[in-house]
Amino acid sequence: MANTLPKVNVVIVGMGWVGGIIAAELTKAGHQVVGIERGKSRGTQDYYHVHDELRYATRYELMQDLSKETVTFRNTEKMRALPMRSYGSFLLGDGLGGAGVHWNGQYYRFLPYDFEIYSKTVERYGKNKIPEGMTLRDWGITYDELEPYFVKYEQMAGISGEKEVPANIGKMSVPYATGPMKKTPAMKLFEDSAKKLGYHPYIIPSANLSDAYKNPDGIERAACQYCGYCERFGCEYGAKADPVVTVLPVALQSGKFELRTHSNVTGIIHDGKKASGVKYVNTPTGEEFIQPADVVILAGYVFTNVRLLLLSKLGQPYDPKSDTGSIGRNYAYQVNGASTAAFYEDREFNMAMGAGALGSSLDDFNGDNFDHSSLKFLHGANIRFTQTGLRPIQYQPVPAGSPKWGKEFKQNSIHNANRVLAVAGQGASMPYRHHYLDLDPEYKDALGLPLIRMTFDFEEQDVELVKFIAQKTKEIADGMGATKTEIHDTIRQYNIVPYQSTHNTGGTIMGSDPKTSVVNNYLQMWDAENVFICGASNFAHNSGYNPTATVGAFAYRTAEGVEKYLQKGGSLV
Amino acid sequence: MANEQSQKPQDESRRRFLKYSGTAIGGVVVGGVIGGIVGSSLKKSEKEEAPVEPGAPAAAPDRDYNQALMFFTQDQFLITEAASERLFPKDDLGPGAKELGVAFFIDHQMNSAYGMNARDYMMPPFYASEASQGYQLTFKRRELLALGLDALNEYSNNTYKKPFTKLTGEEQDAVLTAFENNDVKLKGVPAATFFNLLLSLTLEGAYADPLYGGNKNMAGWKMRNYPGNQMSYYDVIDKEEFVKMEPLSLHDHLELG
Repeated sequence: MANTLPKVNVVIVGMGWVGGIIAAELTKAGHQVVGIERGKSRGTQDYYHVHDELRYATRYELMQDLSKETVTFRNTEKMRALPMRSYGSFLLGDGLGGAGVHWNGQYYRFLPYDFEIYSKTVERYGKNKIPEGMTLRDWGITYDELEPYFVKYEQMAGISGEKEVPANIGKMSVPYATGPMKKTPAMKLFEDSAKKLGYHPYIIPSANLSDAYKNPDGIERAACQYCGYCERFGCEYGAKADPVVTVLPVALQSGKFELRTHSNVTGIIHDGKKASGVKYVNTPTGEEFIQPADVVILAGYVFTNVRLLLLSKLGQPYDPKSDTGSIGRNYAYQVNGASTAAFYEDREFNMAMGAGALGSSLDDFNGDNFDHSSLKFLHGANIRFTQTGLRPIQYQPVPAGSPKWGKEFKQNSIHNANRVLAVAGQGASMPYRHHYLDLDPEYKDALGLPLIRMTFDFEEQDVELVKFIAQKTKEIADGMGATKTEIHDTIRQYNIVPYQSTHNTGGTIMGSDPKTSVVNNYLQMWDAENVFICGASNFAHNSGYNPTATVGAFAYRTAEGVEKYLQKGGSLV
Repeated sequence: MANEQSQKPQDESRRRFLKYSGTAIGGVVVGGVIGGIVGSSLKKSEKEEAPVEPGAPAAAPDRDYNQALMFFTQDQFLITEAASERLFPKDDLGPGAKELGVAFFIDHQMNSAYGMNARDYMMPPFYASEASQGYQLTFKRRELLALGLDALNEYSNNTYKKPFTKLTGEEQDAVLTAFENNDVKLKGVPAATFFNLLLSLTLEGAYADPLYGGNKNMAGWKMRNYPGNQMSYYDVIDKEEFVKMEPLSLHDHLELG
């Protein structure tokens, strides 16, 4: 028998960036908020011994325990989906702060083009440019409408970046909160070569603070030490912005916030029109609780948000055959694979040093910043050189076609350990009718509930994008004074084994049409007005960028929407 | 040899040993030879020394009582040591897997959550998979590794009439290549999957923090000029030149009670 708790204004499922931001904003406004987190609590004091590549990077200390829950995967509907038994392609966060703790801190506002991608593509190239099966959508919001929320996130997190941004990305009404990260010799080589080619490189905007910073909430944090342990690690300095060192303390200090860790939400309680609360299991004891609330907010990772709606039978599940329904639609990813490695015989770089968001990048071949008329793909990639700190277990730089073990391997990998600079594209991922999420018919989690099932593959669009972007990376790398360069320009079937990116998107997409989207532009669910769903699951496609900036802006937008809803109720659009 | 001289007590005893052995063989010893002793044949030399001073503490300065087996049988340990040495051999750059303690690392890992797939999804049913779907076998890593090592030996016996550890280096490479190429069908072992596990464990053992039993004295890191875990590069990150540092390990950051 579930134990029903006293009702609160707002219950939030998931205490990562989205949950943390909304908890801070709503408690500041005086609302009573309960935050539910299935993992444990943690903070900077837990990371004094974090510089451990084996434990954190290759044994996934901070990630979700897959023995309890994973996802199943197939490339096409013709295949049987099988569980992701161990980690590979992407890493699922767990615990207080979620994936916001183990991220790199690379911060990019999506392009104005992204939010109106369908209209702008049709306007410039005509309807026929969009291939059969590509379910391109406008997002139901414009860059200009979202701009103030980007600013809120940047001021809260202390985003570091250059004063002036290139004209080919969205305008900023307020500059970044702190100055840019340091520029290393390798970053200079990249920028000089790119500039000679007429491109517009800039230092990557960073959530690893370039300088000590006090944010508008009065939270003070120290500067990044470039220790080289960001992605897959927590930051012992608190220099990398994460929810635990920024927004959660604000919520906790308000006295209006209750945080419940070790609590795994298994369903939303609703009558088909409105939700009345959530059901969750206290994971150590197995006890079941019901938390009633006026507003329910789903703030989990992509898979969690989609799965909870499907398990709760709230909203219309997407059916790719009839192209109806919305929950699970437009799953997208990141198209990496275009890169060029520059090998230097005559010099070594300090590649062990770095920060998650240290690097330079350019957008001359991102979005619609270049003419696609004669190209067989849409969108593009942010092209970058990053210096994130290369660690010796995961990084074995050997020339293509050379042995993977033995004497020659050892000599190559050690010789090149500090002699290779990689220029790479982070490619956008377009949505397709047959790429989606639903519940697996066979596999269950540790509680006996169905796992989420992913159906996804790379398409001709991705193959062409990678081929094109790779040539651009080579052009830049060739101008960086290396002894030789080696291009990687091929992408094949999507394979869940090698690590690629933890930028999974879609499934509860935002839009202006209730038939094909799950939430309106306040992240309010069309089918249940007191349910808000926020995260990268709202993306109708994925841009050629890291997602956190846009997720953060959406979280601030959601908080505003919930405020409005608590005041007057009803649909906000 | 500056790299060898950190402040560790163990290195103190090494220096003492060097001094004694240098005295013993007098003027014959030159710098290069001492280098060789410190680098790799230290242990062997000590064994030879041992009968001279039986029971004396200084006779076994390099004996590490934290080193023994948690999971492997003696045979499995020796096969692992020999195989990992072929994957990551000693050369003029520095030590190979054997000297780095990789076989101890692998043994310990097989007795950890990782070896038992404790944080992997291991619920049935198990079906044959497409390559894009990843590992779908019922074997836990420790089972796969143990059976794979047995198969390595059996294949060696079948092909060369000798166990794996008695083969020449070239023959050992041929056996490993047969597993890598999935050309071996023995004991139901997925040969290539076993090989890839052994290879990734070997590299982990060479480069993980020494606390796990490999990367002995951070020698894996030193070969690559990897500085281990420094607390800050704030003052050097933008330097033009390549900066070499004596590495630090997690032990250096540990506050002892």
